[in-house]
Amino acid sequence: MNHFPHGWGRPRDDVYGAYNHAYLQPDGSKQHTQSPIVTGTSVIAVKFKDGVVIAADNLASYGSLARFTDVKRLRRFNSRVVLGFGGDVSDMQHLDRLLSTLSIREDYSSTASESDNAARELNARNLHTYLAKVMYKRRSEFNPLWNAILVVGLDGESQPFLATVDLLGTTFSAPTLATGFGAHLAQPILRRAVPDEAAVAEMTREKAVGVVRECMKVLFYRDARSIDKYSMAVVEKEKEVELVEDEQLEQQSWAFAEGIKGYGTQTV
Amino acid sequence: MFRNNYDNDSVTFSPQGRIFQVEYAQEAVKQGSVVVGIVSKTHAVLAALKRNAEELSSYQKKIIEIDTHYGIALAGLASDARVLSNFMKQQSLASRLTYDRPMQLADITARIGDRAQINTQQYGKRPYGVGLLIAGVDATGPHLFEFQPSGVTQEMVACGIGARSQMARTYLERNLEQFEGSNREELIRHALRALKESLSQDKELTVDNTSLGVVGTGDAKERFRLFEGTEIQSWLETTFENQGSTQEGEGMDVDK
Repeated sequence: MNHFPHGWGRPRDDVYGAYNHAYLQPDGSKQHTQSPIVTGTSVIAVKFKDGVVIAADNLASYGSLARFTDVKRLRRFNSRVVLGFGGDVSDMQHLDRLLSTLSIREDYSSTASESDNAARELNARNLHTYLAKVMYKRRSEFNPLWNAILVVGLDGESQPFLATVDLLGTTFSAPTLATGFGAHLAQPILRRAVPDEAAVAEMTREKAVGVVRECMKVLFYRDARSIDKYSMAVVEKEKEVELVEDEQLEQQSWAFAEGIKGYGTQTV
Repeated sequence: MFRNNYDNDSVTFSPQGRIFQVEYAQEAVKQGSVVVGIVSKTHAVLAALKRNAEELSSYQKKIIEIDTHYGIALAGLASDARVLSNFMKQQSLASRLTYDRPMQLADITARIGDRAQINTQQYGKRPYGVGLLIAGVDATGPHLFEFQPSGVTQEMVACGIGARSQMARTYLERNLEQFEGSNREELIRHALRALKESLSQDKELTVDNTSLGVVGTGDAKERFRLFEGTEIQSWLETTFENQGSTQEGEGMDVDK
């Protein structure tokens, strides 16, 4: 077995003699990202009657090292769309630039009057579709953007919208969504509060924010790649996006940790 | 020897500041048969007079559906309209596929406007010899745009282009106030009446030579649809029933 990638797929020197590099330059096989490097953990979101709440903590990990503790992983796109990024942070920054380009292009192409602008600008569904195409194109080139993204906001009918797209271009929509570890730890808690679309109509903004804060706390307790500083955004009908990027986790209680046995240096 | 030295290409100005090739292209629009477009608060309507080259041939298509929410009516070179409509269809599909968003009429009009303008400024190219009326509905309501070979585009409340279209425009100007509040049927009748104004004395609107495109939004939402042949018979009958008696029974044939 030849362990050097630049030798793969080429005639073997010991069988055919040395390769004549006049035909093809020996710069090796093209390398794509095969794993994420600096990563963000869960993003969680839940729909309520007139909008959506989304949250993600401010940590970017380098492996298990808490490398950057002030990274903003929620991005406001316009007055009715917010995006949350999990996964590779450099790919998030690439997408951030892509979205800025898109935003500028949209602003310049809109020739209509000010009053029409709300109807013309990209809504959450438009942006989710666009991101799904970008992610699927990249995975089809075997060069995926290593992210799980939540798109929250209002759709064309000004109804709450919440959907996800991941590094494979897979899309999914539900009243509550969570990426990464949150899919295991937060999603059950969110589902208990909002089991279906009928429950969304009953959900208030205050209760939705409350359950999201509760989930962030559980995630900090149990997800070793998390931090107690987080960002939270609320998109609501007929209101400006409220994005707070320096929330601190309140009222922590680690009492439960005392009773956990069976790992580390303890002798049971 | 030469009558005009300044009309050989579209990049040369005449000493009077005119670009003859562009003006000639605009003449091509005036040679095409008349098309009319009107918008109300809820609907956009296109009406067109189709021509056949000879008695035995079919009629030239005048209204093209581009997407489910809009269509175009053309006056001038049909082959140039084909190129532009293919471009518009492709752009509209791309918008739906990439953004799940129906193409905005102002945007697509600006895009073909830009394309047409380039043809008036580059050596070896020629202007499109076709004028278009782009009518449909989008997120900001019903719209009607006029497109000219020069690349000029304008949003209109009502518009007519093509041969003898001045008569249609005069009708539209006289009834301008009524359009905004008109319902679907009233708007269609206005379009047909405007179209008829432009007809020469010996011609009539028939089920064979008339096309209608209708699209609605809001509570009256309906996709862009082309009406031709027997589908428009009742509209022709109800629109012109009163005029038959005043014009020496000329319209009696239509009444039957």
